Amino acid sequence: MILAWLIIILMLGGILAWITGRINPLFARWISLVSIFIDSIIVIKIWIDYKQQINLTASPSWFIEINSKWVPQFGINFHLALDGLSLILVALTVFLGLLSVLISWKEINERVGFFHFNLLWILAGIIGVFTASDLFLFYFFWEVMLIPMYFLIGIWGHENRIYASYKFFIFTQASGLLMLLAILGLYFIHGSQTGIYTFEYMQLLGTKINPSTAFFLMLGFLIAFVVKLPAVPFHSWLPDAHTEAPTAGSVILAGLLLKTGAYGILRFVIPFFPDASKDFQTVAFILGAAGILYGAMLAFAQTDLKRLVAYSSVSHMGFVLLGAFSFNQLSLQGTVIQLVAHGISTGALFILAGMLQERIHTRDINVMGGLWSKVPFMGGMGLLFALASLGLPGLVNFIAEFLILSGAYQANIVLTGIAALGLIASTIYSLRIVQKVFYGSPVKEWPIPDLNAREILIMGALTVVVVWLGLFPQHVLDISKSSVKKILNSIGKTEVLDNNHNKLEEITLGK
Amino acid sequence: MSFFEIESLRPLIIIAGIPVLIMLSIAVKRNHLFTFWLSLIGLCAAFIFILRTVPLAPIQVKTIIIVDSFSLFYIGLLAASVFFVFLLSFNYINKQDHNREEFYILIFLALLGSSVMASSNHFVSLFLGLEILSVSLYGLISFIQVKDNSLEAGIKYLILASVSSAFLLFGMALIYAVYGRMDFPGLAEALKLNGITPVSLAGFALIIVGVGFKLALVPFHMWTPDIYQAASAPVSGFIATVSKGGMFAVLLRFYTELNGHQYKSLTLLFSILAIASMLTGNLLALLQNNVKRILAYSSISHFGYILVAFLAGGKMGIESSTFYLAAYFVTILGSFGIVSVLSDYDNEAELIDNYQGLFWKRPLLSIVFTAMLFSLAGIPLTAGFIGKYYVLAAGVNSSLWLLVIVLAGASVIGLYYYLRIVVSMFSQSSSLQNQSNLKFTLSGTAALGLLTVLVILFGVYPSGLIEVIQTLAKNFISY
Repeated sequence: MILAWLIIILMLGGILAWITGRINPLFARWISLVSIFIDSIIVIKIWIDYKQQINLTASPSWFIEINSKWVPQFGINFHLALDGLSLILVALTVFLGLLSVLISWKEINERVGFFHFNLLWILAGIIGVFTASDLFLFYFFWEVMLIPMYFLIGIWGHENRIYASYKFFIFTQASGLLMLLAILGLYFIHGSQTGIYTFEYMQLLGTKINPSTAFFLMLGFLIAFVVKLPAVPFHSWLPDAHTEAPTAGSVILAGLLLKTGAYGILRFVIPFFPDASKDFQTVAFILGAAGILYGAMLAFAQTDLKRLVAYSSVSHMGFVLLGAFSFNQLSLQGTVIQLVAHGISTGALFILAGMLQERIHTRDINVMGGLWSKVPFMGGMGLLFALASLGLPGLVNFIAEFLILSGAYQANIVLTGIAALGLIASTIYSLRIVQKVFYGSPVKEWPIPDLNAREILIMGALTVVVVWLGLFPQHVLDISKSSVKKILNSIGKTEVLDNNHNKLEEITLGK
Repeated sequence: MSFFEIESLRPLIIIAGIPVLIMLSIAVKRNHLFTFWLSLIGLCAAFIFILRTVPLAPIQVKTIIIVDSFSLFYIGLLAASVFFVFLLSFNYINKQDHNREEFYILIFLALLGSSVMASSNHFVSLFLGLEILSVSLYGLISFIQVKDNSLEAGIKYLILASVSSAFLLFGMALIYAVYGRMDFPGLAEALKLNGITPVSLAGFALIIVGVGFKLALVPFHMWTPDIYQAASAPVSGFIATVSKGGMFAVLLRFYTELNGHQYKSLTLLFSILAIASMLTGNLLALLQNNVKRILAYSSISHFGYILVAFLAGGKMGIESSTFYLAAYFVTILGSFGIVSVLSDYDNEAELIDNYQGLFWKRPLLSIVFTAMLFSLAGIPLTAGFIGKYYVLAAGVNSSLWLLVIVLAGASVIGLYYYLRIVVSMFSQSSSLQNQSNLKFTLSGTAALGLLTVLVILFGVYPSGLIEVIQTLAKNFISY
């Protein structure tokens, strides 16, 4: 039941924020903050329980779940369940959720109540996506999180918001419909084989599908997820959506919405279609490597700060594709870390871009420059997260990219080599941010204040996480271990597991 | 006719009796409010008797009418739609200064025609119902004559509908000539024995023309946007629901009873209509600036979707098309409801521009409209989503991959124009000055509130409705 409360609290908080926001915008802000805070406490409690439990028993299927009938005629259940992977992503959701409310404190001044309603409902939808264990429910939440996001971009976005919101919505809807078709295909194949028509994840898991059908069904799922991820030919919605969204929207888009795509690949594509996924490995690697390089190249070419960060997301998410389709423990663990790392570091860069825009009303890096002397604190933060984004050892992104590349190396040497070039490219564009914005001589005299207490709180929290996880990634790896094992089990890679695992611990603990 | 048979016809008798009562009351003294309440009470009575007839079903009344759970459900659905049409049109009619009460008579007659179609299993009752329906519609379309083009639209509909009826009649004649039967069960037997001959295929094709016209399937859809635009918003809602619902019910019964799914030629014909309707409807809607025309084109594409479920056939096909129809009725009535609530008697809010900035002026109303549009687009939390899911499921179950993929593609196109209205409502600039003094009537608000609740209810908790539909589909298949 506790999982349902995570979602219900956010939804109720959203409605309450909307109603009270009409009286005083401050109510809306505080209500949102409090409801996400309650959620965070619940998540922390689950996290602690989970940590205690992994040492006791060997990987249980779900850690906690709630299951009740929803539409019994179709075999649809309201089934929320949580394992390590979900837990990590839910924790990321509430963390970035809290920050999103805080960064909107001064930025959003219009329709504050409705803004927070949308914000909380997106978060509720995302938590639903990460915990749904019924495919219909998953699709339901998948769509539910899009509508408020659409409003967030369309109402509170920047100049070109209408175009961006259209593009975002239509891309994700179209790909979502393909996924719905694939879900239905799976549902009927399972039903005709066993006579049980159900959307239950665990039951559908072992469905035997003939290879050609499996390939098309996998494509249906995969297209939805790589559009969200986004992988390269499907990425064109992302720069627009990220750039036009308000800061909180960009943070949620980059930090959480993209993760739902990665989560879908890990949770559904690989376990449901192990053979088809293996056949798809090379293509996925090519898409991943292309994404890494192409994203980095475009990021380097941008003059709009938010657009730059957006393209860097494309580059980072290429690693996810690479890691997910390497099918070994190193790379899968790396993928999980990458999801967290990207959420934190890109989120931080978007927040910085938002803070800059709030102060100087532009995102054009050509008119910035020399800001370090005016806002040293902000400059320092910018440098830190640019370094995180380029994968400096000691920060969490390094762990992620290192694990992914060393795992991918076992799968495909050439493409991994090409993908590794992305590390150089990311150095170039990340340093360019610092160079153009904070160093050099000032292009214009901006009379701007440095970070205030609220902003220091936000950036401080992000810094703590990025350093802490960079030094002790094992905290996350422990949690995701059982989920990664489950994924590897589903593709029949159990035998090498322990061997690999020792290697992993050696690497991460520096033995 | 036995007492038992008469007992089973009570819903139809009430629907036929109310207009007589209204006419009598007009003869004594005209009173709009009285007629309005009489109509509502009459509908409620009809509803109660529908529920009380359910345990008696199925009953074949002579050879032409069948009262079973299928027809009762459809009659109930049609009557419920009329209930909302009454609530929404009260304000319009109230402002008309003459002949207000006749509106209710015409609506009841149209409902009677539609209900007869829903419960017909014979060509004669089909045609009879169709004509009762059409003749009342001619009057209804041009009933509110403030707009310049309403009379034109009425005459347009008159001519086209008569031509399509002629097609239908000719088709029936050809089929009768080949098989010598006019009742559906008899036809089914004869068809099984003789198969489809060239002449009977021509007959079926002609019938499809007639049916396609009423359901506004492409290429028989030309009248739809003009009529929807010219008729007043509640009447457009009425045409979109009641006139199509009856025809669809009889088509479903006809096709299922004849087991049309096993004849490739018929399936092909319907598949072409379905694909053409889905694509054309959605593509043409992209070009419109008039909300009523958009809704007209969207209704064309929605019947394309329903045809996919219809072609899926079997129990699932009946269930999904019926569910979709119900969801669609609620949604489209809601959409036209918004238009009528925002419209004045002589000044309808039909352009997208009229909705600009609506969210900032009337947040609740625009949220309701957004919910309706999302339901039309098939987005979760709304009835349209479950409906679309159901239709897709039926299609996938019968491996109609081409149709299902076209459906998915078409609904993405559709998304674009629904979003256009939504975006316009949420955009900042506002051109609503002329409507700021518009007062909402209680009846309109009540109708919209109820419809919104239904849209959300069917979207979040559809099991209740699905259960009803599943039992009726089971009964329907079993004999």
